Amino acid sequence: MNESSDGPLIGLIVNPIAGLGGKVGLKGSDGEHTQQRALALGGKGCGVERATLTLRQFSRHSRAFSIVTCQGDMGEHAVAKAGLVAQAVLPIGAAEGFSASDTVAAARWMFAMGVKLILFAGGDGTARNIMDAVGSDVLVLGIPAGVKVQSAVFAINPVSAAEIVRRFVSNDITGCTAAEVMDLDEEELRQQRVSARLYGYLNIPDDRSLTQSAKSRSKQSDRGAVCAIADEVKRTMNDETLYIIGPGMTTSALKERLEISGSLIGVDIVKGGKLICRDASEQDILATMDKYPGPSQLMVTCIGGQGFLLGRGNPQISSEVLTRIGCGRITVLATTNKLTSLRGRPLLVDTGSPWLDKLFNGYIPVITGFRERLVYRVASSLA
Amino acid sequence: MTDLTKNPIEDIRSHRHTDGKPNVRRYHQARWDEPIIFELSAEGERGVLVPEVDEEIKRTTKDVYKNLPASMMRESLPALPELSQNKVLRHYLRMSQQNLGADFQVDIGQGTCTMKYNPKVNEHLARSHKMSELHPLQDQDTVQGILEITHKFEQILKDISGMSRFSFQPRGGSAAIYANAAVIRKYHESRGDTDRDEIITTIFSHPSDAACAKLAGFKVITLYPNDDGYPDIEALKAAVSDRTAGLLITNPEDTGIFNPDIDEFVRIVHKAGGLCAYDQANANGLLGITRARDAGFDLCHFNLHKTFSTPHACGGPAVGAQGASKELECFLPGPLIDHDGERYFLNEDMPHSIGKVSAFYGSASIVMRAYAWVMNLGAEGLREVAEIAVLNNNYLMHEVLKIKGISAPYAEGKRRIEQVRYSWEELYRDTGIHSEQLGIRMADYGLHYWTSHHPFVVPEPATLEPTEAYSVEDLDEYVRTLKAVSEEAYTNPAMVRSAPHNCPIHKIKPEVLDDPERWSVTWRAYCRKLANQNE
Repeated sequence: MNESSDGPLIGLIVNPIAGLGGKVGLKGSDGEHTQQRALALGGKGCGVERATLTLRQFSRHSRAFSIVTCQGDMGEHAVAKAGLVAQAVLPIGAAEGFSASDTVAAARWMFAMGVKLILFAGGDGTARNIMDAVGSDVLVLGIPAGVKVQSAVFAINPVSAAEIVRRFVSNDITGCTAAEVMDLDEEELRQQRVSARLYGYLNIPDDRSLTQSAKSRSKQSDRGAVCAIADEVKRTMNDETLYIIGPGMTTSALKERLEISGSLIGVDIVKGGKLICRDASEQDILATMDKYPGPSQLMVTCIGGQGFLLGRGNPQISSEVLTRIGCGRITVLATTNKLTSLRGRPLLVDTGSPWLDKLFNGYIPVITGFRERLVYRVASSLA
Repeated sequence: MTDLTKNPIEDIRSHRHTDGKPNVRRYHQARWDEPIIFELSAEGERGVLVPEVDEEIKRTTKDVYKNLPASMMRESLPALPELSQNKVLRHYLRMSQQNLGADFQVDIGQGTCTMKYNPKVNEHLARSHKMSELHPLQDQDTVQGILEITHKFEQILKDISGMSRFSFQPRGGSAAIYANAAVIRKYHESRGDTDRDEIITTIFSHPSDAACAKLAGFKVITLYPNDDGYPDIEALKAAVSDRTAGLLITNPEDTGIFNPDIDEFVRIVHKAGGLCAYDQANANGLLGITRARDAGFDLCHFNLHKTFSTPHACGGPAVGAQGASKELECFLPGPLIDHDGERYFLNEDMPHSIGKVSAFYGSASIVMRAYAWVMNLGAEGLREVAEIAVLNNNYLMHEVLKIKGISAPYAEGKRRIEQVRYSWEELYRDTGIHSEQLGIRMADYGLHYWTSHHPFVVPEPATLEPTEAYSVEDLDEYVRTLKAVSEEAYTNPAMVRSAPHNCPIHKIKPEVLDDPERWSVTWRAYCRKLANQNE
């Protein structure tokens, strides 16, 4: 690739301090104070190095795509180290310091320039910043470089990120899929508590669309499966039960089917086909349960790639909420693709109560489609 | 005389070996750029010129068209291509060269399909006029031969499986699975037990087990494997209930791993009041060794077009021979073939049968081929088939696992039955090359390769099943080529990424197959769509 390419324009954003806190045991690099501490402890960011690894997979003579990036460590250096030349370098990321607002500004600028893909090297924090900037308006792909890469927007490693870019620019990938962006509170993590919620979704190139057979090309069929799950669940619902519906794309399709204006990333409460409480907090859930003392049922899905059923992505559904509902009254919804993406690892629960976690150990039927269930293993994440 | 020191005779075999070891095959598929047969049509051209009818015949029959009902007369001639014999022959010979057919290659890459060699003597028998000129509406006294063969073959399948009766009605594996699900439904109905609406299966069983159960009106519960590669008993216990109608399961599953708890699975389902149907699509490693009925199964089926060496054609004629226990045989699809002491006859007196699942009594010529195959082998030969298929598979696995980037997930260190589902996950992580891309590159060396059914439970899967039909040299050639392709993925990924290079057709854009606006399954539809687009 060089200045004048025939291919699409790709934006490259490198978070140079990604991974800074990891090697010095700080669980992450969010916040300026942490970054100072990490630097003092001898921490080193690995964004540039990881981005370079990806870019090295491309020949400087390739005209497959052109790059627009930021100054210095935010992209320019990685491009140069890989022996490539950027078509444009945005005046962002000057030598002094780095902040989340740099990422946001770069993503917005690139979007305005009409890039077809934003490739970024970073962690969950960087993914959230990009989501804040461009939402689902442009395709995004992460090169894993952060301490926390819990979000599903990352390639497996820098080499596979390059391969996905290669397929994308040669039009071998034409589909996209919505991937979870996670919000893990580092401050809590440092206090030995894990509190993660689903932050939202970014659109990533759908790599498997190239290769899966016509029978199960991902985007349409997964959408179809999600709708079938919604139909199946709706069939079983009654007016007497209070339904507490967790966050995620799968449960969101159910909310759509119920024709309620539920939230994508929050917990909604439904009774008699009506939305009782939108985006409920733990306290809201408990208060609603007090108000409606009849039977209640929890409906949750798992986080793609991670397999967390409870304890990540839906901290509102606390151990107290679970105890009140009862472990036997949980309906799990997930597409077969989502379950197979776990590579056989169990669904995980981390409710904060080891006693409660233990109750979930074993097998649980997961609704995977219309009149379809898959029996899958659940385990405590601490086991 | 030629001076051989100055003009030596070239060793035309030298490229086949390096340091005494065989090299990968230098293959190139034929590429004829052959037009569609409709494009070759020339008006008035004929393959056979039919002689004029004698005047005397014409006088006797008068105008034959007048005797035909008006509803059977075409208003216009059919739009068929018009070609001479040699053009037709040339066309189809060229087409046949542009593929990777089973008889061209070491066809072990289509795991789960049991692509064994089909001895041609079976074809001769099935194609003989004694067979090919039979009609299913003939009087039964005139088809005693094929009825006898079918009846005798049923006795053989009964011995192999321990079942009480077999029906040859289902015309394929999925049809037999459907028929098994229908028998399960009918059995519960006959007992007034109408609340049982759930079928249990496993994710490594053939997807038809779930699909056909659903088609038969059941809800489907799928079990996921544990680290050993088959579901643990606890998963099954979590799935059974008073709604369980039955279990449809393959064993070994498509991983080639035999579930040693299978009899316990059957006991648990029976205890819950359900029936158990054994999908014996993967029976090639079990012939003469284990029997479905001995493990407690109530129903089973064999794919004659796989295990019993009648060609596994792409959707061509097939038979899913369906077996049932004594208690369930009355529900089998009929007619069954019985012997009254003097003659064979089609027994249509089956008031409890699920009914017909295909016309007449199935694909008789497939039964004929399978019978010929078994009779050539004998009982000991059948067991030897299974033993060699297992030996071949474990030899192949031993060699394949030496290749960089491949693994055999689940049941590490244990032997497999007749096939293995491998994973190229490590190669994908290292190189970004998908399993499908390796498969396309294998075609550049004249070998077929398949991944897996969907969903891909094993990441970057490849399923190989060598059967008993291939020699150690054949298996070595396959392994050598697979190794070469893996090395290419590591050292020259662009070569693999841009494959195929030696095949007549380059990559097909898969999204076209998903787009009804662009696909055409007939030449006429294609011409119409093209014309509409160019308007």
